[in-house]
Amino acid sequence: MRNPLSKEIVNIQPSGIRKFFDIVSEMKDAISLGVGEPDFDTPWHIRDEGIYSLEKGRTFYTSNAGLKELKIEIAKYLQRRFELEYDYNSEVLVTVGGSEAIDIAMRAMLDPGDEVLIPQPSYVSYEPCCRLANGTPVIIQLQAENEFRLTKEELEAAITPKTKLLVLPYPNNPTGAVMERHDLEAVAAVVAEHDLFVLSDEIYGELTYVEGKNHVSIASLPGMKERTIVINGFSKSHAMTGWRLGYACGPKVILEQMLKIHQYAIMCAPTNSQYAAVDALRNGDSDVADMREQYNGRRRYLMHAFEQMGLSCFEPFGAFYVFPCIREFGMTSEEFAEKLLAEEKVAVVPGTAFGECGEGFIRISYAYSLDNLKTALERVQRFIEKLKKGEINKTK
Amino acid sequence: MREKILTFIEKNSRINLKELAVIIGVDEVTVAQELKKMEEEHIICGYHTLIDWDKTGVEKVTAMIEVRVTPQRDMGFDKVAERIYNYPEVNAVFLISGGFDLLVTLEGKTLREVSQFVTDKLSTLDSVLSTKTNFILKKYKDHGTIIADAPKDERMLITP
Repeated sequence: MRNPLSKEIVNIQPSGIRKFFDIVSEMKDAISLGVGEPDFDTPWHIRDEGIYSLEKGRTFYTSNAGLKELKIEIAKYLQRRFELEYDYNSEVLVTVGGSEAIDIAMRAMLDPGDEVLIPQPSYVSYEPCCRLANGTPVIIQLQAENEFRLTKEELEAAITPKTKLLVLPYPNNPTGAVMERHDLEAVAAVVAEHDLFVLSDEIYGELTYVEGKNHVSIASLPGMKERTIVINGFSKSHAMTGWRLGYACGPKVILEQMLKIHQYAIMCAPTNSQYAAVDALRNGDSDVADMREQYNGRRRYLMHAFEQMGLSCFEPFGAFYVFPCIREFGMTSEEFAEKLLAEEKVAVVPGTAFGECGEGFIRISYAYSLDNLKTALERVQRFIEKLKKGEINKTK
Repeated sequence: MREKILTFIEKNSRINLKELAVIIGVDEVTVAQELKKMEEEHIICGYHTLIDWDKTGVEKVTAMIEVRVTPQRDMGFDKVAERIYNYPEVNAVFLISGGFDLLVTLEGKTLREVSQFVTDKLSTLDSVLSTKTNFILKKYKDHGTIIADAPKDERMLITP
């Protein structure tokens, strides 16, 4: 029999998280700090709206780009929260989660040989999606001393004549890093100078904690809207991961091509999720603010706890992750995570799951109740004390 | 800041001062002062525990009694409310808009004890016109907390 598989696909590595997941799943009564999704249930009024849409029998396809009401609400929301102006009719596309938007944006924009700049550590799907779109990923290794923000210099150093697209994954998973207005302005200048485009993944845009400052979208800077695809969705902001609903906004010329792929591959995003999302945007702002406030309290709590136990970590201002440095213990991230799991049954994700330059760090999620965090942190502390006393053998 | 503190401790009154200060993001002394002030001003009126007595084997009956009363000159409903809330058996008294005036929550060991209180004490008050006793059969949610068993975390242990 012939090889049934595509060589391209076979060459793509499965996610590093998957591998660790398998180890964790075998461990009974492990406490996890490894989850990348909110612990909150979707606010009831949104779920209720989803149920109502089913009761009403709204079980048909919507138009390919999404329900008109939803697109209108998305445009209003982006205007209200992030000063972004999009025409709901031609510049908004409702997708199956932010993930689909990432995939089809790359496929719509890349030709073989086009280089895509991907800052890492970052979410696991940019690189494979780029490869699937026949692009060439070029990794920018972000630095802890810059709090994992992308600098103008790092960007310039990575640009070649083939560079076409920059992925901008902020607020960042796994580091919790944010890009503030001045950081973005520096990057935007380089982008414009080299005639690049930006894929700005702002799925955590509602979850930033800089006192008195909102998340800034690069598309809101002068001259950037026409160069940027903004990706956002309901998973993190409204605790709606399982509803699989996101969206992409950007220039009509690009969205038209994305819509083509979406239309042939997906048809449309789930209808009842779309109805629920209309309600999320009309009546959900206070829920989002409540959840943000709770995440922020946990974030402060974690940072304080790390300080107490002498675990070095820069203060992250976004998403729901902290990314402490574990280099001082002389182990790789993977070793650290495996030992922590074996010794204290706490699961964290090794930084290397998000790119090679995540080596020396672990990702800790605070999408957990305070009680849960407390128990887990006590165990982490005990583990670190054992390490410092040399009670744990460093080599496997 | 007061609102932040109150919102947090409304559901977590057992948290210690140090942790509360860290979570709110202000120093411990300030939080302690604010708490003290709010206790003095009776903004914080108490710290209670929400108990599902049904799980304990201790017999308890709760009733919500709708009371219609004649308001008194110059005192409105306050005087009669006071006469009622001074009974230790009475858990809560609210002035209500609508078809009746006072909603009285009462706790007793047995059905009989509660009904006895209503017939002997409550109904005999001069200004009480009528009462309607509703016994609570099951508590689903109280003080914003769902009484049923805490839901399990059904998320996968590790996700990207």
